[in-house]
Amino acid sequence: MTKWGMVIDLNKCTGCGACVNACRIENNIPNVGEEEAQKGRALDWMQIVTEYEGEYPDVRVTHIPRPCFQCDNPPCTKVCPVHATFLNEEGLVGQVYYRCIGCRFCMAACPYSAKKFNYFEPDIPESYEGIRNPDVTRRMKGVVEKCSFCHHRLSLAKDLARFENRELREEDFQPACVESCPADAMTFGDLENPDHRVATLIHSSRAFRLDEELGTDPKVYYLKKEDK
Amino acid sequence: MDALRKDPDYTLYRPILESDRRFYWAIGFLGAVVVWAIVMYIRQLVYGLGVTGLNRTVTWGFYIINFVFFIGVSHAGTLISAILRLSQAEWRRPITRMAEVITAIVLAIGGLHPIIDLGRPDRVLNVFFYGRLQSPLLWDVTAISLYFTASTVYLYVPLIPDIALLRDHTTKFKKLYTWLSWGYVGTERQKHVLERAMSILMVVVIPVAVSVHTVISYIFSMTLQSGWHSTIFGPYFVTGAIFSGTATLLVVMIFFRKFYHLENYLKEIHFQYLSVLLLVFALLWGYFTFSEFLTGIYGNEPMEMRVIQFKFSGAYAPFFWMMVLLNFVIPVIILAFKKLKKIPGILVASFSVIIGMWLERLIIIVPSLSNPRLPVVSEPYIPSLTEWSLFAGGVAAFCMMFLLFSKVFPLISIWEIKDGRAEGLEAVKERLESYLPDTDVAGEGA
Repeated sequence: MTKWGMVIDLNKCTGCGACVNACRIENNIPNVGEEEAQKGRALDWMQIVTEYEGEYPDVRVTHIPRPCFQCDNPPCTKVCPVHATFLNEEGLVGQVYYRCIGCRFCMAACPYSAKKFNYFEPDIPESYEGIRNPDVTRRMKGVVEKCSFCHHRLSLAKDLARFENRELREEDFQPACVESCPADAMTFGDLENPDHRVATLIHSSRAFRLDEELGTDPKVYYLKKEDK
Repeated sequence: MDALRKDPDYTLYRPILESDRRFYWAIGFLGAVVVWAIVMYIRQLVYGLGVTGLNRTVTWGFYIINFVFFIGVSHAGTLISAILRLSQAEWRRPITRMAEVITAIVLAIGGLHPIIDLGRPDRVLNVFFYGRLQSPLLWDVTAISLYFTASTVYLYVPLIPDIALLRDHTTKFKKLYTWLSWGYVGTERQKHVLERAMSILMVVVIPVAVSVHTVISYIFSMTLQSGWHSTIFGPYFVTGAIFSGTATLLVVMIFFRKFYHLENYLKEIHFQYLSVLLLVFALLWGYFTFSEFLTGIYGNEPMEMRVIQFKFSGAYAPFFWMMVLLNFVIPVIILAFKKLKKIPGILVASFSVIIGMWLERLIIIVPSLSNPRLPVVSEPYIPSLTEWSLFAGGVAAFCMMFLLFSKVFPLISIWEIKDGRAEGLEAVKERLESYLPDTDVAGEGA
């Protein structure tokens, strides 16, 4: 069985935000504007959560890029009243924008604040014309959306592999955030395939998952930040 | 018509036969508020939920608070009326109708709130097409529609003899009354069937009412969020629901007593008895709140503590302590002292409980959402004009529908009052005699 997962090395992450931007472009994430963003309605699927430890001047900052964790026991899909969010057989948590009724129950249930809601009709400026990704569905007002691990790339990669009559390789399917990371902090692949780097990385002594004790079984692992 | 004027219960017919200026003014004002709310809702439909003050983390606000609050208020009615009828409390007679009307109206308004809250109300039917019974939201849909059906039938069945009286004695709405009375003329058999239906309904309606607020609490307690994931939420919500419902019933009774001069029917004693129920529920509420927070504080789990601190000393502290004052301190002080336990005091206590219970719903919903587990930025939730308008609209719609109901149907069950006079006295005497120890037997034993 395939189980797509991600490993993020917090030692390497600089919090530059390349992943956030790559995700915006790749997934046609609308720019909500400054005013709305200040109200806390930005739609970014990838978010950098910053943790501060200690008191000034002895502060330790950790940047934690947070995509959707694609939990194997997702609290969000359990509560959806209409099957608009579900766990598929490859371990991805999908969103059906055309079925979602916008009750936002999944957002309330997600312990990781990974889900976003379209408070207005998404406004994609004309200047975006031509750089919009035709493979990603545009969302409409009133529905919930979230990171899909660039699921559309998986469909394309699978088609290509089938066309070339070969198995899917690790490099065939990489989400936009992983691809764009300049610090090479993110690794992506099949957690159950021993040939993929992630399968070994998750056994590292530094590997951990956020709020693992909730039993949600996230498929995004972090490698602990260590002082050098 | 003149015969009706001589009826000792003419006061109960009067609101239907005569309307004064105050009534038209009230309907005009309430209607304007409702229309305004509808306009604001249409605006929300056009622009999306962005017109509210909700954001990324606080995804539920006024609409869900009001949903829980209104459904809570609806618990007074049918539940109290069913319990009073089942326990054959004779003083129930002038109260049950109003209690049942509260339930039916508030349930209709409360039930609309989740739809108002939807981002895509146009797709609401997906709940039936693709419904997942595993979702607590589906439990709600089921429980609320069942409760609404049961409580409207439970309101309607005891109304039939009154509709028949109105059909026979008045000239207004003749067609409506003839249609609704189903040919009831009060024969022995009809009376028997009616009473049988009522006794089945009141037994059925109690577990349904309890289930409704329990599954509403499950919306919150089934998630993993701190402050929500609690096992006592079911009974805690039911207690709060009956608490706010009783308070609403008292306010409604005091208002209509004054408005329609029902002093002869709703006597001080009715308020005294009902306010005992209010006091009991204030104490129960205090008990539940105490155990809820004590377990949280004693366990000292960091996430749980963050939410509790947010309520105790953080941004929501004013609302929290206000809630404790209004839900516990004020009603307990007023209702524990005989001197204060007069109608004005009871009115103050009831209003305080209604506001306090609304605050409780706020305190349950917003602080948990404002403190996400991950340190993502959470903006404060400031309800917008739209949300305030729809809140006002909901309250106004309740008052308006109640007033309109009182112009078509009697607010106090006429036949039950007449029955009370004709049979109640005898029945109570017999019943009382049956509980008392037999003097003869006791004598023989000695």
